[in-house]
Order: sequence, then C-alpha cells, then structure tokens
Amino acid sequence: MPKITFIEHDGTVHTVEAEIGSTVMETGLRNDVASIVAECGGSCTCATCLVHVDEAWSPIVGPPSAEEEEMLDSAFEVKPTSRLSCQIKVTQALDGLIVRTPAYQGR
Amino acid sequence: MSETIKTDVLIIGAGPVGLFAVFELGLLDIKAHLVDILDKVGGQCAELYPEKPIYDIPAVPFITGQGLTEALMAQIKPFNPTFHLGEMVTTMENIGDPVFRVTTDRGKVFETKAVVIAAGGGSFQPKRPPIAGIEPYEGKSVHYAVRKMDVFRDKRLLIVGGGDSALDWTLNLQPIAKRLTLVHRRDEFRGAPASVGKMRALVAAGSMDLKIGQVSLLEGGDGQLTAASIKGNDGAIDRVDVDAMLPFFGLTMKLGPVADWGLALEDELIPVDTGTFETSMPGLFAIGDINTYPGKLKLILSGFHEAALMAQRAHHYVHPEKKLVFQYTTSSTSLQKKLGVK
Repeated sequence: MPKITFIEHDGTVHTVEAEIGSTVMETGLRNDVASIVAECGGSCTCATCLVHVDEAWSPIVGPPSAEEEEMLDSAFEVKPTSRLSCQIKVTQALDGLIVRTPAYQGR
Repeated sequence: MSETIKTDVLIIGAGPVGLFAVFELGLLDIKAHLVDILDKVGGQCAELYPEKPIYDIPAVPFITGQGLTEALMAQIKPFNPTFHLGEMVTTMENIGDPVFRVTTDRGKVFETKAVVIAAGGGSFQPKRPPIAGIEPYEGKSVHYAVRKMDVFRDKRLLIVGGGDSALDWTLNLQPIAKRLTLVHRRDEFRGAPASVGKMRALVAAGSMDLKIGQVSLLEGGDGQLTAASIKGNDGAIDRVDVDAMLPFFGLTMKLGPVADWGLALEDELIPVDTGTFETSMPGLFAIGDINTYPGKLKLILSGFHEAALMAQRAHHYVHPEKKLVFQYTTSSTSLQKKLGVK
C-alpha cells in the first residue's frame, strides 16, 4: 500500500498507509489527522480539507480541476501547491506523498 | 414588537430530518413551524451537495440531495408546515410546563409546547478569514453580511472574495461607497459572468479597484479599521486605506446560539435519551446529526428514526389529554385521512 505523510501545522507527523482508490482526505480522517475537517464529507463543497502538497510532489499530484479551483476561493492561505485533499485519489504513483495541513480550515 | 406566533412544535432546522419530523408529528395531529438560517429548505442536502448522490436512503437506491429535499417536501405537504427561512433562532426560555418562548434574529417570537433541534452540523455561518487581530473589528467595521446598505455610504470599502456574494455586493455598494476595492486570490471569478463583466467594466473605467492577492494585515483601533494590507501572489504588499471590510468566503457550520441554552453538551453535540430523543430539558428534543448517544451514526436514516420516536414523546406534551394509539399508514383510515388519501 502507498504511504502518505501528513505534517500538521503544529509539527505533528503522521506517516500512514493509504488504500488505492480512496482519497487523501479519507486517509487523513481514518488516521486521526486532526486538521483535516472535511465538513462536507468529500463533495468538494466546503474547502475544509485543504492541504499544501510538498513542492517536489506537486507536479505528480497535478493541478486542481476547475470545480476544485473554484472551491479553493473559499479556503484560506491558498498557495500554488494547495489542493483539496478530498479531490486527490490515491494511486501507487503517490507512494511517499508528503502534504502539509494549514492551521485553520475555516472553522 | 411583533405578534407572538403560537404553535405546537417549533423545529429548528429544515434539513431532511427536520422536514421528516413534520411528517411524523403531523400523523399525530401536531402542527409545526420550522426556522432555518438558510434561505431555502434542505439543509446540507441543499447547501452542500444538491447534485451529489446519496445511496443509503432505505428503499431509494439513488437520489440527489435536491431530489431528497423535493421528495420530503411532497411527503409533508398534507401537514402544511410554516417555514421561516433566512432566520436564526437566538434565544429560548422555558416559561411553562413545558412552554417555550423562542426568538429569532429577525425579531419573531414563538410560543411552543415543544422545541425540536434538528440543526445538523449547526447553523451555516460565514467563514471568518484567519487574519491576525480581526476579532475586535468584527461587527464594527468587518461585516460578513450586509443588513443595511446605507451603513456603507461614503465609506472606503474592501470586499474580499470571488463568488456571487462578493460580486453582487461590489456592484450594489460601488455607487454609494467613497471608494471600493475588490480583493480576490486569482484573476478569475466564479460568480455569474454578467456580474463579472460589470465589475470589470467598472475597473476599466477607474470607478473601483481590483487587487489580486490575500488580505494579510489590518490596521486600526477601537474596532475601527483604517487600512488593510494585501499580499499579492508575487509577495508584494499593497496597502489600502479602508473604513470597512466585507469578507465573503462561503459558509461553515457552527453550533451557534444553541450552545448558550444551558444544555449539557458533549463535543458540540447534544446528548439525548434514545427512547424519546429528548434532551436533559423536558420538551426540548434533538434529532439528526446534532445529537449524540451511544452508537450514534450521523446518517439521514438514523435521523428519520429519531424523528418518529421524538413525535411519540412530543405528543405527550402537545396533547396530554389524548391517549396515543400506535397506527400504520398502510391500514389506518384515520392516518390516511390526515394524509389526504382517503
């Protein structure tokens, strides 16, 4: 199984196994990554599962879709590598992925 | 002072569970009024995922959030509930045995024999931007909604956001503001194309300013803003003199005023008795995502079950003189009459 590392704003590091086909958001929730809120449950409608993808991983993860880019307008401290983690599907190619979570998800 | 509205039951929240509560109460001859902070019914189903599929409604293999809302509205039509949309319940006091007096932020006053909190994840409230030191300005010179446009006349305004709220208020307030600056994180807007076009025309004519970036610093004192700094995507800082800021970053769910009603809460949720779905306060019920009990699942179907049991107990308060006889809609002519099918 691919491994994903979540680095929370306070420095807490979670390196966890992710199921292929699930999302990075679901992986975070299952592993108690506290700063993934996911208020809407993964519908790309709340922007409370924001992550900053590690610079080196950003080209592999890819850019947000147009719908996701619109939702990013409702997030805070958005960076060029920011994504909504509910929109990142786990694949084998993401083994080793590093994402950082923001201090504040809007709630 | 508006007239007091008397009702059997007041339901707070018009999401799927609040709507279905109307049905279960109606079968027991209990009339309901509903209050919801959104300007439409359906709660999260309407606000967060109107077009997204739901697969776990019993006997309905597939339905969208909007479809479920419409089906529930059709199902409860015979009971003719009264909706108070775009209003937030603010205070609740127990003035009888039990009789509750409940008020809303629009000044409505209800007197009701029972209150059902079906508020889901809480009330939808504007997202607050994480700008250091924003709190003292909120409600004074930082506003998340426009109640009276005239408050902004001849003011230097900063509007933040890229959706319809930000664009609509930009277009409405630009004519009366002293100067208006719109800030958005990118040079693309998700609002209605016509509004985007009008805004861009105003910018081209020099009648307002558009800045791309994020607000990074606020200056002022005693709740009064005097300036804001906008950090561009290239890192450059642009300082703008402002009297008021209007951030529009969408909605998030917060428990809201219910938190101050003297109920024992567990992690922002309301503990209930699983036989009646009553809270620690007799006559005050909590159903759906907002309650908690051992084994609780935040599923719409669980909320429907909770609504049915709640109604049985609410009957005790609304019609204390009447004996409640359990009946099936399939066979009871009296229930079928209420549903208007007999």
